[in-house]
Amino acid sequence: MPAAYFDHNATTPLAPAAWEAMRAAYFEQFGNASSIHRQGQAAKALLEAARESVAELLGARPAEIVFTSGGTEADNLAIQGIAALHPGGHLVTTQIEHPAALNTCRELEQRGWSVTYLPVNAQGLVSAEDVRQALRPDTALVSVVVANNETSVIQPIEEIAAVTRAAKVALHVDAVQGAGKLPIDVRRLSCDLLSISGHKLYGPQGTGALYVRRGTRLQPLFYGGHHERERRAGTENVPGLAGLGAAARLAAAELASEAARLTELRDRFERAVLATIPLARVIGAGAPRVPNTSNICFPHVEGEALVIALDLAGFCVSTGAACSSGAVEPSHVLLAMGLPRHEARSCLRFSFGRSSDWPQIEALLAALAAAVERLRALSPGWQPDREPAEARA
Amino acid sequence: MSGAITVIAMSGGVDSSTAAALLHAQGEPLVGMTMQLWNQRRLAGLPGMPQPARGRCCSLEDVHDARRVAEQLGIPHYVVNYEESFERDVVAAFAAEYRAGRTPVPCSRCNTHVKFAAFAATARRLGATRIATGHYARVSRDPAGNRYELRRAVDAAKDQTYFLWGLTQEQLAVACFPLGEKHKREVRALAAGLGLRVADKPDSHEICFVPGTDYAAFLDAYAAERGEDPEPGGELVSTDGRVLGRHRGVHHFTVGQRKGLGIAAGRPLYVLRIEAKTRRVVVGQDAELLHRTLVARGAHWIAGAPPSAPVRVEARIRNRHAPAPAWAEPLPGGGLRVVFDQPQRAITPGQAVVLYQEDLVLGGAWIDAAA
Repeated sequence: MPAAYFDHNATTPLAPAAWEAMRAAYFEQFGNASSIHRQGQAAKALLEAARESVAELLGARPAEIVFTSGGTEADNLAIQGIAALHPGGHLVTTQIEHPAALNTCRELEQRGWSVTYLPVNAQGLVSAEDVRQALRPDTALVSVVVANNETSVIQPIEEIAAVTRAAKVALHVDAVQGAGKLPIDVRRLSCDLLSISGHKLYGPQGTGALYVRRGTRLQPLFYGGHHERERRAGTENVPGLAGLGAAARLAAAELASEAARLTELRDRFERAVLATIPLARVIGAGAPRVPNTSNICFPHVEGEALVIALDLAGFCVSTGAACSSGAVEPSHVLLAMGLPRHEARSCLRFSFGRSSDWPQIEALLAALAAAVERLRALSPGWQPDREPAEARA
Repeated sequence: MSGAITVIAMSGGVDSSTAAALLHAQGEPLVGMTMQLWNQRRLAGLPGMPQPARGRCCSLEDVHDARRVAEQLGIPHYVVNYEESFERDVVAAFAAEYRAGRTPVPCSRCNTHVKFAAFAATARRLGATRIATGHYARVSRDPAGNRYELRRAVDAAKDQTYFLWGLTQEQLAVACFPLGEKHKREVRALAAGLGLRVADKPDSHEICFVPGTDYAAFLDAYAAERGEDPEPGGELVSTDGRVLGRHRGVHHFTVGQRKGLGIAAGRPLYVLRIEAKTRRVVVGQDAELLHRTLVARGAHWIAGAPPSAPVRVEARIRNRHAPAPAWAEPLPGGGLRVVFDQPQRAITPGQAVVLYQEDLVLGGAWIDAAA
């Protein structure tokens, strides 16, 4: 049985158009984009076309796009790149960042920077007023996620940008989960830096980009040749970036219609879950959310077991945060929203995408209801006094 | 996958990997699971603890090995998190026992409180009708077919019933030990024959969550991490009450220990008993370690009820102890008295006494004191 895939926030399947662009780049327009000869020029042309496509998706100028190996490198380049110009300075971020940003800030804290990690409210929202109050004379950067991968609650970036602009502090936005799903316009957001990842928008893994507003100074992460306007040394991954460019063009073309379609599917899914599964609760329900994501708490169910049960039944969903071994830990994002640990362990994330349709979701609903019921049931005689605490609470 | 499945607990070692391969070869619908039990990074860098973290329990290499074996067999594999249960039921109990002057058996508690409890409950809810492990032990039905029996493994040197005596009828009903009829050398040969990547992996002997062998350093770091006061030191005294020296905490000692006492004496001295209340460690001659009688608490009888009269048994007082002939007598309130035919050396509070009749495991209890 082919698996039904509801984990598009983890990664997306490659768009056929992206693969076509990559195939051509590998086999026909191959070349080092720095070479003088025609093969090099062909590769350079692909690279710059990809840059234009990404710039268009984000409302940026092509020269403001720095290609990276992915979202993690883009976040690191933004945060470390600004911090390096302000040794021992102050950074502001939130408790709900992706580890790519969060652990970069933690590392800088170890190395002598000071960092403020802003809380969120019960809806998972950061407040622009909190940002304003956190600013200090030595604040070098504010870094905020546009929407977290787990809850997909959309942060008030424009309000935060108004604060940082007034204070003349650089603003980095981690838009890895927003690009291709939400209309992202760097001019309207008024941010200085913005990260995206290729494989979250049907491009290839190992590709990403950082928007760097014209005139923003940035220390590179590593040194070598003059690639990417001296901001990211190393021969460009032209085939991968050609794929990213094609994916970005497709995302821009389909953004509005796909967002509307996924919002409808997602809302219908949530209504059905709430109607059929007792105690189920949508996380961040009252806040604006990315259209494709639904995070649902199923009290008295171990989320980890529910993911396994659904996988054995042929449905790919996800829960919490995986630690290095692959085991599940309670999500720091849900804990920051004030969920108790046992409830944070009972939440599942369903993230829909291009392949999702209602018949597939109906099948998921049936499997989900059955699995939740079975996992909640206490088998008679089966050591009920030794059930895990989270299932008992 | 639907219908009844068997879940096998895969540690990434040769035993559970081979057990998985044997069940798979029988055509069992099989799901492999690796338990994440302890985060070695938690205590890394605290005094006495390695930095960067290292240690065997749930190491990435072991998880990797388990995953690769599952891939080779073509079975689904998941890593499941039981850190909270493991800390509460195994690690915290381990620390409390040492603080109380006893020498705990964490593997027993892990089997009865984590593997065949929380983990097995999850597996059952996922549709598993059997929980398999790589333990060397056997399960049988009694002749009338009413009860499950736990029996020693065919390979006496590898037998692990000392760590499984706490299993209940309900737990034994779902337990599956594919290696119970095998010798270790056969298991390694099978693993090699199947081309399992872990065929030559060394056996593990230490306590899985303690890096290296210095459990006392682990306990100090664990207490420090939890903000507890360091263990106070105390006196080393002779049996007639003379103070012979000082020690750095009762958790550094176990009954029968000779090394690390830090006192010079004409003849070798051994720890005879640990008096946690007064923090005194009583030392004496080797011959003083011999006792014929022990009392124990928390008795568990695998058949269900305790026997109504003293029973003739062979009793084992630690994993590496050869079971010795004795009479075992249930005491009121779940207690147990064991009287050996011959005195036994270093009966140690906190260890289990496990009772056998030939290869049948009758049950066991936690040793309170030698008498």
